Amino acid sequence: MSTPTELVDYDEALASYDPAMGLEVHVELNTATKMFCGCPAVFGAAPNTQTCPTCLGLPGSMPAVNARAVESAIRIGLALNCEIAEWCRFARKNYFYPDMPKNFQTSQYDEPIAFDGWTDVEVVTADGTETFRVEIERAHMEEDTGKSLHVGGTTGRIHGADYSLVDYNRAGIPLIEIVTRPIVGAGDKAPAVARAYVAHLRDLIVGLGVSEARMDQGNLRADVNLSLSPAGSGTLGTRTETKNVNSFRSVERAARYEVSRQAAILRAGGSITQETRHWHEDTGVTTSGREKSDAEDYRYFPEPDLVPVAPSREWVEELRATLPEPPRARRSRLQQEWGFSDLEMRDTVGAGALGLVEETVACGASPQSARKWWLSELARRANETGTDLAALPIGPVDVARIQALVDEGKINDKLARQVFDGVLAGEGTPDEVVASRGLAVVSDDGALGEAVDRAIEANPDVAAKIRDGKVAAAGALIGAVMKEMRGQADAGRVRELIVERLS
Amino acid sequence: MPDISREQVRHLADLARIELDDAELDHLAPQLSVILESVASISEVATDDVPPTSHPLPVTNVFREDVVRPSLTPEQALSGAPAVEEQRFAVPRILGDEQ
Ligand SMILES: [Zn+2]
Repeated sequence: MSTPTELVDYDEALASYDPAMGLEVHVELNTATKMFCGCPAVFGAAPNTQTCPTCLGLPGSMPAVNARAVESAIRIGLALNCEIAEWCRFARKNYFYPDMPKNFQTSQYDEPIAFDGWTDVEVVTADGTETFRVEIERAHMEEDTGKSLHVGGTTGRIHGADYSLVDYNRAGIPLIEIVTRPIVGAGDKAPAVARAYVAHLRDLIVGLGVSEARMDQGNLRADVNLSLSPAGSGTLGTRTETKNVNSFRSVERAARYEVSRQAAILRAGGSITQETRHWHEDTGVTTSGREKSDAEDYRYFPEPDLVPVAPSREWVEELRATLPEPPRARRSRLQQEWGFSDLEMRDTVGAGALGLVEETVACGASPQSARKWWLSELARRANETGTDLAALPIGPVDVARIQALVDEGKINDKLARQVFDGVLAGEGTPDEVVASRGLAVVSDDGALGEAVDRAIEANPDVAAKIRDGKVAAAGALIGAVMKEMRGQADAGRVRELIVERLS
Repeated sequence: MPDISREQVRHLADLARIELDDAELDHLAPQLSVILESVASISEVATDDVPPTSHPLPVTNVFREDVVRPSLTPEQALSGAPAVEEQRFAVPRILGDEQ
């Protein structure tokens, strides 16, 4: 085993080595049907209820390309400033593994539909916001595989498993694989650039409306390639490929871990094995998967059952006209519309909350309230559970509704936190949580009046002071009422009632 | 045209997860060579002005609208499975790693 027990400290590693990174991101499209057949492509159906002879690879079946998937691929390519191929083909990637019943995956090989692009990624660092240009090598069309469940063994991983149970509902769902050129020259910021790139890509994909782009649900899956070379040498070292890193935060963590691990091996005079590695979210380490050897011998050849895709230039231009505004232009427009300071905007972008705030505002919340909830209350909870904001089980509609309840005076900020608890715990919509937890602020004069009367009766000294004109003393009575109402009283109304009675 | 070697056949068999013994390798290697030779005869007529092609018809952009069509029932889908458990295809374990 080449895994050292001692890791080199990250900053120390970066003093001796330059990292180069590459990212391969798979985007699962949100088409109604699969890539090559009319089976539904929705998530969460009962096993093997969304299959047909084509996606099961039965003899005699023929694939037919989903027009909308091609359109989405071209739009993704254009959004990444790629060239769109005038003519390209699908290819068979041959491998024998039960997650692909055809014994090949229909993909694209040396003729991707989109290539030679770039995208500018903003990275928030200690020195401020920096822009890095990430070059895109290619974006190609392919299909997803089935889902295997390994039974027996000890870990659930396939090692030691006795057999596998396969569900082919996912087999054939359209995927776009987006591959970057090596990201070099980012130095110690490379892992942060990688994270920012994946988050940027997600925003872009969501903006295009071509995928749900939820990392936690596997709609967006990142493979992180990383190599080290001696500082200043300008060469590329041997790389490892860490698979299925499923949050923005993990992209950065996995990259940092690989830097420390590879530096330890190199410093001890060892060499890096070119291999696939697995990321472990719980322990924050990568472990060795399979070595890149003849397992990579996929014997690609052009798919004989499909004709070439040759998007006319008119079609490409039509699709270009449907692109949403570029991320940077969008950011400056939103900052103006929202009246955010540079710092507020930077924090919002850095937290990956731009789209969430935008959607929350679209649902009726004020920009400042939307920012407040996402960046304080919800960012803290996401941090505690080690997930991304977008992966929390609460959405912009809920946040906007909670703010509306505050604005309507039905709850206050303190109760709003309890509503967040309830929604995050799966207790239902904000209104359902308010009802089931009995959280509404009491502003009904009957109930409040009785509590005020009791407070006055119990605190005759305070009441006397207020009668003498010392209105500031009312705080003690308000406190008593709030305590009795367990925080659910409308404090402003309580003050009014006290003053009414004692003046 | 190149002969296909026993080692190449063994490698292909490994990739396809087919177990072949020595006698089978001896038997299959020459047969595959004959097939390759037959296919290679095409290159005798394919001169420089004949572009390589992957499809017999000169058509492009044959697409299907993104409209759902009925799938098989799980019973139909699983009818050819070697074994079924939890409405899934039960298959032998594969040594090595996940793809
Ligand atoms: Zn199908």
